[in-house]
Amino acid sequence: MSADLTIILPEILLSGFAILALIGAVYTSKDDLASPLVWSTAAVFLALAAWIGFTGEGSNAAFSGMFIDDGFSRFAKVTILISAAAVLLMSEGYMAARGLLRFEYPVLVALAVVGMMMMVSAGDLMALYMGLELQSLSLYVVASLRRDSVKSTEAGLKYFVLGALSSGLLLYGASLVYGYAGTTLFSGIVQVAQEGVSLGLLFGLVFLMAGFAFKVSAVPFHMWTPDVYEGSPTPVTAFFATAPKVAAMALFARVMHDAFGGAVADWQQIMALLSVLSMFLGAFAAIGQTNIKRLMAFSSIAHMGYALMGLAAGTVLGVQAMLVYMAIYVTMNVGTFAFILMMEKDGQPVTEISSLNSYAKKEPGKALAMLVLMFSLAGVPPMLGFFGKFYVLRAAYEGGLAWLAIAGVIASVIGAYYYLRIVFFMYFGDAGEDRLNGGKSPILWVMLMGSAAVMVLGIVNMFGVEGAAAAAAATLVN
Amino acid sequence: MDNLLSIVTFMPALAALILAVFLRGEDEAAQRNAKWVAMATTGLTFLASLFILFEFDPNDTGFQFVEEGTWIMGLTYKMGVDGISVLFVMLTTFMMPLVIAASWSVTDRVKEYMIAFLLLETLMLGVFMALDLVLFYLFFEAGLIPMFLIIGIWGGANRIYASFKFFLYTFLGSVLMLVAMVGMFADAGTTDIEQLLTHQFGSESFSLLGIQVVGGMQTLLFLAFFASFAVKMPMWPVHTWLPDAHVQAPTAGSVVLAAILLKLGGYGFIRFSIGMFPVGSDVMAPLVLWMSAIAIVYTSLVALVQEDMKKLIAYSSVAHMGFVTMGIFAANQQGLDGAIFQMLSHGFISGALFLCVGVIYDRMHTREIDAYGGLVNKMPAYALIFMLFTMANVGLPGTSGFVGEFLTLMAVFQVNTWVAAVATTGVIFSAAYALWLYRRVVMGDLIKESLKSITDMSRRERAIFAPLVVMTILLGVYPALILDIIGPSVAALVTQYDTALVAAEAATQLAAN
Repeated sequence: MSADLTIILPEILLSGFAILALIGAVYTSKDDLASPLVWSTAAVFLALAAWIGFTGEGSNAAFSGMFIDDGFSRFAKVTILISAAAVLLMSEGYMAARGLLRFEYPVLVALAVVGMMMMVSAGDLMALYMGLELQSLSLYVVASLRRDSVKSTEAGLKYFVLGALSSGLLLYGASLVYGYAGTTLFSGIVQVAQEGVSLGLLFGLVFLMAGFAFKVSAVPFHMWTPDVYEGSPTPVTAFFATAPKVAAMALFARVMHDAFGGAVADWQQIMALLSVLSMFLGAFAAIGQTNIKRLMAFSSIAHMGYALMGLAAGTVLGVQAMLVYMAIYVTMNVGTFAFILMMEKDGQPVTEISSLNSYAKKEPGKALAMLVLMFSLAGVPPMLGFFGKFYVLRAAYEGGLAWLAIAGVIASVIGAYYYLRIVFFMYFGDAGEDRLNGGKSPILWVMLMGSAAVMVLGIVNMFGVEGAAAAAAATLVN
Repeated sequence: MDNLLSIVTFMPALAALILAVFLRGEDEAAQRNAKWVAMATTGLTFLASLFILFEFDPNDTGFQFVEEGTWIMGLTYKMGVDGISVLFVMLTTFMMPLVIAASWSVTDRVKEYMIAFLLLETLMLGVFMALDLVLFYLFFEAGLIPMFLIIGIWGGANRIYASFKFFLYTFLGSVLMLVAMVGMFADAGTTDIEQLLTHQFGSESFSLLGIQVVGGMQTLLFLAFFASFAVKMPMWPVHTWLPDAHVQAPTAGSVVLAAILLKLGGYGFIRFSIGMFPVGSDVMAPLVLWMSAIAIVYTSLVALVQEDMKKLIAYSSVAHMGFVTMGIFAANQQGLDGAIFQMLSHGFISGALFLCVGVIYDRMHTREIDAYGGLVNKMPAYALIFMLFTMANVGLPGTSGFVGEFLTLMAVFQVNTWVAAVATTGVIFSAAYALWLYRRVVMGDLIKESLKSITDMSRRERAIFAPLVVMTILLGVYPALILDIIGPSVAALVTQYDTALVAAEAATQLAAN
């Protein structure tokens, strides 16, 4: 028992911190405490990330296999914790300036992160569901953080209703799987699935996949994404675009390989279809967007398509490619959202893409960093984003999905257009009235520049991410 | 100097970084500093590249100055030059100082302009030196970004349409190549170009979706690479981005585009298509030859009716590139020699022609042919230089333009007489449009009021043209300067190509029995 508790110590500590923070803030100065709370939560995240990243070793299972601590979950946890910390640090200034900084915000984010850590470590359908719901419930609330805004409440409600629906699908799938496999443990399901997937089990698998597809916002379960991205306060959007995506994607990989690893042929087509639809819809739908947050929503849908391409390969290399892709994707998005957070006019946030007109003349440094990020998102070499794409393409090709790889590159050309449009506004636009001013924040500036620098310098050396991803993928797929 | 190639390649990028980080302000002093830093760097790069040329041993047909190191994702960083690529490297380093000098009159965002050009130089040099597939792709594609910005920021009236067209056309072409590269890696297990050149890709025919693919995998790989290089080249019918891009690009951008960027496609054809997929090339060669012949005749005719000088020269570039593809896919010694020679000489000639247009555009701010006439009366030096390059463009014996055209025509005559016959008419058409252009712009009486006060070329402009004049005539009179360097490597390539074809033929015979 105590060994089990040692294994989930990081989760326990983080939950304890969140609860203490909640109680402390409620009984003391409430929102005045929000700012220090944001900082300390971020510090806790970073400390946990360092702890998990440096000391974690081997594969351990707790609670008779319901909770798994292995290289794969550690990689995902470190990515989640670091990106969540980055987003928290970015949001403080923005939210404080707009009176949005409530003490619940860091607490909810901390709880969501606990849920995510649970998800990526789940070894059982019940543990999976617990983690997923803890994460989702926290996120529903965070989405409607701006209570007096119609759009924000709409975003929260939409997210909640559709999220509940997807949870229902997932639970239904889980019940079918349990019925036909006789167990909710992944290690048990995988043995049953190896002997052949019965129709009932297949049904359950499909429903499970639909639920996950909703969480990663893969087409055709993506409809909530643009509205939620647009309606939520921008820091929250930044959060949605990063850590939960990593968690959901890691969970997806975990279930597919740990529970259905013997039946790759059964789910490969579904995965490939999700991937190709997401890539194309993300590429086409973003073209007409005028709001940068909506554009980033479609961009994230397209990027999930590429990450799914890695999973669709169904190989170690595929999982490894997916992990590397997600790490790169998260880094790019942190930088891009740091930029979006800095877009303001007279203190009011601006999200119109056309407001970037001739931005490069006023702010050459920031514009250059954004240019790097846009080309990286588009997957143009020599930026790191290209290597992410190259990795998943290679995995798909070697996994026997050459058609998917070809579809992926075609979608990336179409997608390049809308990233270029942002560059076009910043660099080619005619000088007009100043449509953006202010937006000076050292933290955001550092995040933006850091992210852009990683995109350029990462091609020389990937800071060990690649090796870690390889080790992580190897522990998952065996 | 173990890493001479890396030094030459990354010197401009380093200077660009220094400019980006340390140079502040938009005042005149800052602009002047940016220009001088760019000038000094490109000059130094040229001098450093001379070491490559002097120490290069033409008789060694392998790769020289090879550098190898590990890189991310299990990839390797590998650079090297052989007889085929070394002169393209020299062409690039030679042209860049001239390009910078030609940009001396730019006043808008000078720092960014110089950074873009310096980065472009690094990327173009990288393409010619890369000996790893992914490294090659990286340099090949990344060149799009600075060029996109150069056209989009410093271009003419319709620059935005042109920049997007340029980017998306070329990007689409090259991503298919990426899939092919992944396929090659899966098949050969390496991304090392040196090893891939000796790897035999599958050439057994198979049927795909009910279509019989003659030449098998090699043909498919060939087609994927073809999509990319044909757009870059550009070949008819995917050439339409070039006139738009040229017309809208600033003068220096046009020069880089015509003189160096167009050569990436030709280099790719020689290095990859001929070198790695001989069977695929052989299967597709008749198609490519006819496409080249059509390109030569069709674009020459289109050039004839242009009213914009830059557009006319752009179409003539497409026609000249037709000779190059024709020579390459004739796949014999004269053909490949001629193709490389034609590319180098076209680099000097078309670069010079765009500079000629730039000279009068700077004065009159129009490229309409009708706006000029009788310039010889006021600008005798200009008339002389423009005449020289017009003649070189036509392919007058004694200029470098003649050698390339003659060699490629001779090569293709041995392979396909009809293509040669059709392509030869292109030579006549080229005389027609080039001389007619010259007559309308330079000859006649100077009657237009606006031209009365036009001045002849300044000392800076003459200095830019001087090296180009020397090279054009020198190579026209003594082509062995180039042919001696490329000859042995080309001979080795042709031998390898023929052997591979014979081996594949034997294998099919064996399978048939």
